[in-house]
Amino acid sequence: MLGYLFSRLVSVIPVALGVSLICFLLVHIAPGDPLVAIMPIDATAEQEAEMRAVYGFDKPLPVQFGIWLSNAVQGDLGRSIATGRPVGPEVTRAVGNTLLLAAAASVIGFPLGIFFGFMAGYLRDTVWDRIITASAIAGVSTPNYWLGMVLVIIFSITWPLLPSMGAGPGGSGAWVWDWQHMRHLVLPAITLAVVPMGIVMRTTRALVSDILDQDFVQALYAKGMTRTGVLRHVARNAAPTALSVIGLQLGYLLGGSILIETVFNWPGSGYLLSVAILQRDLPMLQGTILVLAMFFVTLNLLVDIAQSMIDPRISRA
Amino acid sequence: MMKRIRTTLLGSAVGLALMALPAWADGTLRIGMTASDIPLTTGQTDQGGEGMRFIGYTVYDALINWDLTSADKPSGLIPGLATEWSVGEDDLTWTFKMREGVKFHDGSDFTADAVVWNFDKLLDDTSEQYDPRQSAQGKSRMPAVASYRAIDPLTLEITTNVPDATLPYQLAWILMSSPAQWEALDKSWDAFAEDPSGTGPWILDSFVPRERAELLPNEAYWDTTRVPQLDKLILIPLPEPNARSAALMSGQVDWIEAPAPDVIPALQGNGFSVVSNTLPHNWTWHLSRLDGSPWNDINVRKAANLAIDREGMSTLLGGMMVPAEGFLPPGSQWFGTPEFKVSYDVDAAKALMEESGYGPDNRLAVKALISPSGSGQMLPLPMNEYIQQNLAEVWIDVEFEVVEWNTMINIWRAGAADESSQDTQSINFTYFIQDPFTGLIRHLSCDLIAPNGTNWGHYCDPEMEELFNEIRTTFDPDEQIKVLQRTHEKFVNDALFLMVTHDVAPRAMAANVKGFVQAQNWYQNFSSITME
Repeated sequence: MLGYLFSRLVSVIPVALGVSLICFLLVHIAPGDPLVAIMPIDATAEQEAEMRAVYGFDKPLPVQFGIWLSNAVQGDLGRSIATGRPVGPEVTRAVGNTLLLAAAASVIGFPLGIFFGFMAGYLRDTVWDRIITASAIAGVSTPNYWLGMVLVIIFSITWPLLPSMGAGPGGSGAWVWDWQHMRHLVLPAITLAVVPMGIVMRTTRALVSDILDQDFVQALYAKGMTRTGVLRHVARNAAPTALSVIGLQLGYLLGGSILIETVFNWPGSGYLLSVAILQRDLPMLQGTILVLAMFFVTLNLLVDIAQSMIDPRISRA
Repeated sequence: MMKRIRTTLLGSAVGLALMALPAWADGTLRIGMTASDIPLTTGQTDQGGEGMRFIGYTVYDALINWDLTSADKPSGLIPGLATEWSVGEDDLTWTFKMREGVKFHDGSDFTADAVVWNFDKLLDDTSEQYDPRQSAQGKSRMPAVASYRAIDPLTLEITTNVPDATLPYQLAWILMSSPAQWEALDKSWDAFAEDPSGTGPWILDSFVPRERAELLPNEAYWDTTRVPQLDKLILIPLPEPNARSAALMSGQVDWIEAPAPDVIPALQGNGFSVVSNTLPHNWTWHLSRLDGSPWNDINVRKAANLAIDREGMSTLLGGMMVPAEGFLPPGSQWFGTPEFKVSYDVDAAKALMEESGYGPDNRLAVKALISPSGSGQMLPLPMNEYIQQNLAEVWIDVEFEVVEWNTMINIWRAGAADESSQDTQSINFTYFIQDPFTGLIRHLSCDLIAPNGTNWGHYCDPEMEELFNEIRTTFDPDEQIKVLQRTHEKFVNDALFLMVTHDVAPRAMAANVKGFVQAQNWYQNFSSITME
């Protein structure tokens, strides 16, 4: 187990380097000039060259990458071009907000997805199965930004029950666990949860349905095990794959919330990314992508470890 | 039983609804900005006009301010931190008298030395307070300034490179930060950004980057007519138009900037007021005047201007525009009385085209650079397609090169002769036209031909150059206005641009927001506002 853990940890290093290089190249290949965001539109070429030197954009790309990487390794992600503020604290705060949103969406999406998926698998080919499967397909197929806007129209405008934007009075910096703040999470979390819930539901349904067809289930019944006992075995067999899908969906919740955070003005990493893209804020883009990618890698690592704990055959393979 | 359930449900719904609306003080105004972040708070703001509007002219003052008190006439310059100014006989040396008794928010005195310190902050990269971020915003705004010194605590002297009567307009850009506060914060602009100090009518109380800024009234503001009446002003960046509208309609903000045209009827139908006014802004096609450009023919330029159905375009924009009658908005004090009437007259346009040899069998093909979006560009795609249809009626076939907005800014800076302009003969650009330089000179001055300046089309005309020179050397404000009028008349009579429309800066607000006067300016006064 320790050997497996070590090998997985070592494999993170080339992935992290690869991600850094790709995200650096991607943001530099994209058209547009980061200085446009900070210079007055009619600044002279001389003033522009001056600013280019201040931000180090006059250096060759490999040199820029080397400087950025060496700083990043030391925990310094540079300064935002658009705001002049250090990238690290801004990304940390935004990722924290996204984690909060992702956690809320997970609390809604995963238990419901597993529960209804399990139910559909167990009750396959019944009306309940069809209703649940249809709901799962609808959830996966619905554009979530559209759903977000519809929820805002219904629950914020028509009936002003829940806020349509922001992270509560005082902003995310003044977050406390009371209803005044938590109600800001409700609509974005529901919107964000719909797709992963549908995917987890469909996966669990397929797994449970397949496992119920296997011989060992019949054998367990034949041995006189109760239905609850058999279902516990089914759940344990379905868990590694379901966990893997949940891990991937957690990654989606962290990185895929750009549209949701934009619709709800939620100050998370998705919102930060979308603003950084529009402003060509290269240090902010690089920093955010890197941190999110590292989260994704870490998450996969944790899922792998959890899987190997549930099913020791994985770590032996 | 059912009745009791219904009552309980109704009670719960009302309770939830009440919980959904935070309890703000009566005098708190919450504004949803289009910016994606709180503008730079250290003095010289970023984020263009919105930055100056919400953080610039609220927290800070310039030596010379804009008069933002009237909605009925174009804004002019008024004394700010300087009470009076004059230029010497050499036309180069200016003397400014500082306002006595003005204090920064931190309690320190405003003096001529503070102005010198602020100029060094922007212009002298060897000074310890030099700030590249603020310099990037401010340096290009005061090109005339050659040197400056404090003669005594209340007298400032500025010397210009060449005689330049537009200096007061240039100084209206430059905002004064507190040297004492910067010193007290270990000479750190990062720390100053968190706890800024200016002399303006509002004090920045707190801000969360990208989320909100809270401003409190400066009860000791030197101009008693501009002491804010509100208890608090909260600025919330809301760049997504739908999120902005939803925030207003759900009661999370009281005011939004730039509601989308298609949402305006819904807002008005729900009791929100939408205010707008003429803005020193124009939406044009800047024409290439390089050899071979079809726009070198004045008949073609005039025909194109006569072919645009601006009233039809107004319908397209839900009425949120002022049809162009010239390069400057119709009410501008510099408009003058041009002979060429910019109007919709297809027959006259066709006659001009025929005069130049064009007709149904000899159509003119032009190539135009446009962007799908962009700051101030309004709705560029449908508007340009509308123009394309209009021009086709007078035998001008337009082919578009569509480029992303930031890319287009760089093409605009590079000029029509640059390879990046892709042999296009016009660029659809919108202009901030608030002062003589940004309004007129920078577009057509010979020494500002791109890439040296922003004369994208490479236009150069000795007669126009003489007018620009006269603007700079006419120090009497009334006489200067006359020169500006003659200059604008030439802009229109020579049909130097495709003059289409002016934005009206719509903003929507809740019915309880009272007392706002929308000045014909990019900046606004928030001091007169109350909440009922």
